[in-house]
Amino acid sequence: MKEFKGRVVAPGQITAEALVSHGGLNTLASFQKALQFGDKKATCGDQNNQDLFNKQMAGKALCLPQTIGSTTGGLVLYCACSMGRQPACMLFSKPIDSLAGAGVILADVWLEGAETKMPVIDSLGEEFLEYVKDGMKITIKEDGVVAVD
Amino acid sequence: MILTEEQKAILNGEKGETLAKVMESVVRYGELFGAEKLIPITSEYTHLVTSFGLKALGPVYDLMDKLIAEGAISTQKFSVDPRPCDPKVPKNFLQDFIFKNFMYSKQDFYEGQLKQLGLMDDNAFTCTCYMDEVGNKPKKGDILSWAESSAVVYANSVLGARCNRNSGIIDIMQSVVGYVPYFGLVTDEGRKATWVIEVKTTKKPEAQLLGSAIGMKVMEDVPYVKGLDKWIGSELDDAACTYLKDFGAATASNGAVGLYHIDNLTPEAKELGETLIAENAQVYVIDDAELQRVYDNYPIMWKNKDAKPKLCFMGCPHMSLEQLKSWTDKVEAGLKEAGNSKVVIPTVFTAAPKVLEQFNKTDYAARLSATGVITSYICPLMYMNNPLCGPMPVITSSNKLRTYTTARYYTDDEILVQITKGGN
Repeated sequence: MKEFKGRVVAPGQITAEALVSHGGLNTLASFQKALQFGDKKATCGDQNNQDLFNKQMAGKALCLPQTIGSTTGGLVLYCACSMGRQPACMLFSKPIDSLAGAGVILADVWLEGAETKMPVIDSLGEEFLEYVKDGMKITIKEDGVVAVD
Repeated sequence: MILTEEQKAILNGEKGETLAKVMESVVRYGELFGAEKLIPITSEYTHLVTSFGLKALGPVYDLMDKLIAEGAISTQKFSVDPRPCDPKVPKNFLQDFIFKNFMYSKQDFYEGQLKQLGLMDDNAFTCTCYMDEVGNKPKKGDILSWAESSAVVYANSVLGARCNRNSGIIDIMQSVVGYVPYFGLVTDEGRKATWVIEVKTTKKPEAQLLGSAIGMKVMEDVPYVKGLDKWIGSELDDAACTYLKDFGAATASNGAVGLYHIDNLTPEAKELGETLIAENAQVYVIDDAELQRVYDNYPIMWKNKDAKPKLCFMGCPHMSLEQLKSWTDKVEAGLKEAGNSKVVIPTVFTAAPKVLEQFNKTDYAARLSATGVITSYICPLMYMNNPLCGPMPVITSSNKLRTYTTARYYTDDEILVQITKGGN
């Protein structure tokens, strides 16, 4: 087990299975099909992301450097949270980008109910993304500490 | 964050619960990036990214309804990205059915919401709102609350306005309260270049390819580009602006660039020169071989890599009037050389409705139509961003379209050969 310390962007404590994207997450390309066609598992539809393509994102501890792509990214994350199809948490190795940051804040301010919540930690460092692998057990503790088993 | 009395009053709910939540969203967004204050938006208009009535975005429409019901509408009129559908663009029966009845079934409803929130007019749908014909062109130094990555990077770099890479929804929320957080690209420090790009090619580099190479290298950082003025000049004329439009869109989509400086050309580079370069900036040299390497490494996402193209899209971001005219000349010349009278692949050129309106007043419009090329106001990305287009062999010289969809990238010259002579 190894622990990493980051910054809390959206609070919460959770344990979930890791899903790792080594490249940036294209939010629109990844979530659009799932939101459009009622896929509760939120299967990743981004063919350009070979780490995630065709894998379930909902309920996973999504580990990534940052998000990329369309500036619709924030509202797509907001919709995913609103529909209960968001990852269990998002763990950024870098400081969060402005698109994901907006989506996370919007969801936290405007949505109510436990099923819409998504804890987010950023600035976990490059070593975090090098260490974590698909299927590892992730536990978010207090104060931005992330334990990887 | 330090707020004024007026901002505190809004945050504390003195102007209603909805406006308080809007202000909370803007303040928390700013705090996330270390902003210590909010500054007033100074542009006449704003620009929103969400133009499409995608059925999947139900929660967004609910949120917009809340804003409208509480009178929390934009303090500025706005333009918005292109519409997703146009009957002129070729599609099969199944695509047409799915577009109308499933994917974009909320289009009319959402456009109604946009009108209530402050849409400039019925034709204000384009990603190139800064074109003279469209009229949403901020001044140097204006503070913006725009979204749409290609428009943000153009406004920052070519026009010298100041805007962060805002997401959809936060764009309109900032415009509702009339302020943006002071961080990133709206600050002097955030506009310093942390990369120096040395262009050492033996010919004018393809705008979309050069932008792609730089975007993938610097990601969200600010590049200062040297050696490009040799190829595109030191004046921001129509040709240079068109080049930078396509170059910038590629930097923003292949990476996450929100601002670039071109030595001896863009306004801040002309004014401040190399003082814009931060200490210890990294250096990236781009020569012919590097551009070829980048080009050769693009994955081909077609199921059958040898398929004959079924559609060609040009105009992501939307084409300028100058581009529509020059491409008319090029297509005519290419067809003449090939001995063909019409393009051999269904081809769509996309531009802003108001640019098309001006184009249609010139004799170029009839000439382009005679070649078989279709003009449209559509967003090619929204057209292709669905499972039905996945297997469809579409070609483009847009690196943004290549990045977000399965479209295959070719250079402008290669596209011309493909559509006038046939390449496969």
